[in-house]
Amino acid sequence: MKWSIDILVVGAGPAGIAAAVTAAEAGQHVGLVDDNPVPGGQIWRSGAPLPVTARRWQARLDASSVVRLEGWRVFDCPEPNVVRAERNGFKPAHPDAGIDENRDCAELRCRALILATGARERFLPFPGWTLPNVMGAGGLDAMVRGGLPIAGKRAVIAGTGPLLLAVAAHLAARQAKVEVVCEQAPLSRLARFAAGMLTEPAKLWQGARYRITTRHTPYRTGCWPIAAHGRDRLEAVTLQQGRNRWEVPCDYLGCGFHLVPNIELPDLLGCRIEDGFVATDALLQTSVPGVYCAGEPTGIGGVELSLLEGQIAALAASGNVDRARSLARQRRRRLGFVRALQQACALDPQLRELPQEDTVVCRCEDVRHRELHEHATWRQAKLHTRCGMGPCQGRVCGAAAEFLFGWHAGSVRPPLFPASVSSLVSPREPALADESLVAANAFHENAKETP
Amino acid sequence: MSEVARSISLTVNGTIIRVAPGTTIAAAVLLAGEATRASVGGEPRGPLCGMGICFECRVTIDGVPHQRSCQMLCIPGIRVTTREVTEDSGGPATP
Repeated sequence: MKWSIDILVVGAGPAGIAAAVTAAEAGQHVGLVDDNPVPGGQIWRSGAPLPVTARRWQARLDASSVVRLEGWRVFDCPEPNVVRAERNGFKPAHPDAGIDENRDCAELRCRALILATGARERFLPFPGWTLPNVMGAGGLDAMVRGGLPIAGKRAVIAGTGPLLLAVAAHLAARQAKVEVVCEQAPLSRLARFAAGMLTEPAKLWQGARYRITTRHTPYRTGCWPIAAHGRDRLEAVTLQQGRNRWEVPCDYLGCGFHLVPNIELPDLLGCRIEDGFVATDALLQTSVPGVYCAGEPTGIGGVELSLLEGQIAALAASGNVDRARSLARQRRRRLGFVRALQQACALDPQLRELPQEDTVVCRCEDVRHRELHEHATWRQAKLHTRCGMGPCQGRVCGAAAEFLFGWHAGSVRPPLFPASVSSLVSPREPALADESLVAANAFHENAKETP
Repeated sequence: MSEVARSISLTVNGTIIRVAPGTTIAAAVLLAGEATRASVGGEPRGPLCGMGICFECRVTIDGVPHQRSCQMLCIPGIRVTTREVTEDSGGPATP
């Protein structure tokens, strides 16, 4: 299926929703493509009460003319105005067909592209981190929001960043027994960060509320897990704080070391990347004309900044430059928070000692630490060990290897995600008409659909 | 509406599991006490990222392998099987 629109937004988290809604309200024909079954991204994931801001934006999205492709994953972008996406999952009506026959592929053409691809957690390998029930902090939260019962279960939350306290508070509110929250950053650095937050009272108040919810849980700083134990699944975690080591029996470990931006798609398009983030001008246009970027890929700054950036990108892309400039001034005032957060979450060099010789670093291909440290570069390690060559394409081990070995991942190539062979060869007419596209074309009678 | 009427029933490795609407297939697999995939070296694995990035939550659904269970919601009557698919069994193409 081929389909043309004015502005295509990739990613339906806060930045993508704000971008899509703002552009549609400015009269543009807008598409919003996201690989999750419902909009909201990670921070506004359904399955838990959402903040008022989230509900307001969701309501505006529902009321808008934005065409939503939910459960579609972008795997290629051969040109800045051509996006190829494949629908997640399968068609239960045709279980006997081969997997390729079960996939829908769409080629989306647009005048401007807004990339709001969000961020993922940084995972660091340590002995036992591959045991089932060891997850990211956000990963555990996503599982609970997705229906995993947590009441009465013992959880340890570890890693670094403001996400830890937010996750602990959510689990505690669900009657989980949160045994301890371990933040790798030292107390002195966190105190400096909090002092710098006096200009952001809303964020301080939110942090305080999280702490009140988790007041029965110890919050340890300069502390991290050094091993997870269990036979077929997690049974206990060994924690370390300074010279002290102790074991905590638990059912779940949520461990994530702050966030890594999802820059594979902008990278593939040739957008300039600086220090791991997508470089943009003040109105969020990347180095590729017509391609904008909003939210965490431009710098990890949280929900408020993402909402602002989504609106700026949408206004700029739809020609409302004056309004975009005025919001861009508000954005500039918030960029200090991005830098402060990055400094606060800087990883302790001791964390490089976490993996042992036989600790798996690349989970897709079971590549162990001892196989990697003899290599000089990411590329060399990939060629010799298959590290980073499994289905996740280095999204997990790449960020770990960057910290452990100082390696930088090489160029990004399509497909960005594993895609079925038929999708790679050529986008074709799907066997069944896609309801959302049919609805879209009914809504926009002037939409140009080419066979 | 009663809790039972609102629940969705599916099977995970042959065992019937009942979940609330909106439950992800990954959560249903954990609820059934099962691992999702077996690693290349045969270790049991469970979901890690919860957001479709890590591919550890891959399961077979109604005979279709390599489905990312964390990004799919439970549908009544589906059959989920786990830990039976290895990397060389004809999965999706990777570069």
